[in-house]
Amino acid sequence: MKRRGIFFWIGAIVFLVAIALMTKLIGNEYPFFAGYVILQFIVLAVAWSILGGHAGYVNFGTSAFFGMGVYTAVFLFKVAGAPLLVQIAAAAAVGALMGFLLGLLTLRMQGIFFSIATIALTIVIETSITNWRYVGGAAGIQLLRPPVTWPFSGYVQMLFFVQAALVVLAVAISRYIQNSWIGRGLQALRDDELAAECTGVPTLRLKVLACVISGALMCAAGAPAAMYLQYADPSSAFNLNYSVSVLAMSLIGGTAHWAGPIVGAILLGSTQQLLTVTISSEINVLVLGVMLVLFVVAAPEGLIGLLRRIRRKEGKS
Amino acid sequence: MTPPDAPLLQISGLTKRFGGFTALDNVSVDIKPGERFGLIGPNGSGKTTLINCISGAFRTEARTVLFRGEDITQLPAHVRTRRGIARSFQIPRPFRSMTVVENLMVALDFAAAAGDFTSAAHRHETAMSILSGMGLASKADASATTLSQVELRKMELARAMATRPKLLISDEAMAGLSSSEVDEVLDLLMSLAEHDITVIMIEHIMQAVMRFSQRVMCLDAGKIIAIGAPNEVMANQRVQEAYLGT
Ligand SMILES: Nc1ncnc2c1ncn2[C@@H]1O[C@H](COP(=O)(O)OP(=O)(O)OP(=O)(O)O)[C@@H](O)[C@H]1O
Ligand SMILES: [Mg+2]
Repeated sequence: MKRRGIFFWIGAIVFLVAIALMTKLIGNEYPFFAGYVILQFIVLAVAWSILGGHAGYVNFGTSAFFGMGVYTAVFLFKVAGAPLLVQIAAAAAVGALMGFLLGLLTLRMQGIFFSIATIALTIVIETSITNWRYVGGAAGIQLLRPPVTWPFSGYVQMLFFVQAALVVLAVAISRYIQNSWIGRGLQALRDDELAAECTGVPTLRLKVLACVISGALMCAAGAPAAMYLQYADPSSAFNLNYSVSVLAMSLIGGTAHWAGPIVGAILLGSTQQLLTVTISSEINVLVLGVMLVLFVVAAPEGLIGLLRRIRRKEGKS
Repeated sequence: MTPPDAPLLQISGLTKRFGGFTALDNVSVDIKPGERFGLIGPNGSGKTTLINCISGAFRTEARTVLFRGEDITQLPAHVRTRRGIARSFQIPRPFRSMTVVENLMVALDFAAAAGDFTSAAHRHETAMSILSGMGLASKADASATTLSQVELRKMELARAMATRPKLLISDEAMAGLSSSEVDEVLDLLMSLAEHDITVIMIEHIMQAVMRFSQRVMCLDAGKIIAIGAPNEVMANQRVQEAYLGT
């Protein structure tokens, strides 16, 4: 256990150093532009799995959290020209608050009712932002990036590095949850909430905690998107596509292990990028649908589950 | 503070309604520490409902349930478990995605944890020793979904025991078992009672109730119709009518 922890942190540091080197060595902006999107999806999928995987509460409102992250950044930038890190921190706080409210909802709603409520939440928030003129309303808002700060050579490179740091943060948290009593408690309440309560698990507190952490990370992942696109409008910031893609990434990767959503996000994220460039962005939806159906039928526990099953079979024979 | 012979559990004037239907009607009873208490009654008489009110699955009015002299009616179920009330379920509710020993680890991590800073390895050892006490040690690493009916019943009792209870409530832990299996589970419950754990046993199998209980209470349509020594309750006119009359 301890040894694995050391390996994990060495891996994380190597990852961040490699990212930092890339921003120095590669002159072309495009790889960062494309890579950023995949990193962003890793954070979202890992965050989604904290609630959807461990606790078994399926959140269809990823886009609500993501969009609120975008608009927290837009608002702070417009009102005070807040720097990027302040935008992200504030977005995390907003996401935590939203997660807290969502967590309270689990007191009354479970299963499909919870999921429907998260869709409703998305619609309510998107409508409110659409009618808020200060942040651009339905037409959206243009943002002018401030000059990049040392040691980065370009703004996109900086965003790329910052999102990579968020990946490390999200994965470290998810991994900690999986290996600790929090993970065991969430797993117990996913299996059976009443039995969990009667075994001493504070189910409401754990669900709220999972919602707060998941929400904070999702919002934080959305915050840099404003500066990334230099533009924000409600229908893209709250695009339902985020909810669907992130759900698909988590399920395809598998939620039984913290690495699952990472694998899923990389796989599906890069496929989507590739298709968008080579064919069109419409085909994404089709591919997503087909892959989801395939996995639900052939590997309901995702790639991680598939891998485990193969390993177990090999161990037996 | 509380005198040594004070009741462990006091139910007073407990009524539970579902809409217009009265499932428990003004039930009052005291359970003494260390007692082996049998709870009987025909189907639908309110036995499980009473357990749900004690364990916190259902909320009831203030001061209707006192545990060790304190009103517990406003406490959520997990706090009641931590205070020492454990239960098994009439239809077993294992944590299906976990192994048998992991099921017990949930109890040890959460219920027994208050002020208990033992290492994970030590808790695992504790779980294993509870399992071997129940004759389940060989199943420790099996998935909970692979267990037979008796094994599931035993695992539920083991998980309840892992919360370190003062009061254990067993809800028909013997239903659907063969007669030798009934004896096995009964011996288990008897041995718990020897360890200073108060046990409330709900059961339809009369020989088991007679052998186990120091005192028996019979519910019918949410009312207590008899309470006292096992043979007295069995001989009671109304008890016989309740069982035979339907
Ligand atoms: N959650 C609920 N909502 C509505 N009615 C309920 C609920 N729980 C129990 N009841 C009703 O209360 C009555 C008592 O049920 P309970 O389960 O306590 O009976 P029981 O004595 O445990 O019966 P059995 O021997 O069949 O287990 C039944 O008529 C049942 O339908
Ligand atoms: Mg019952």
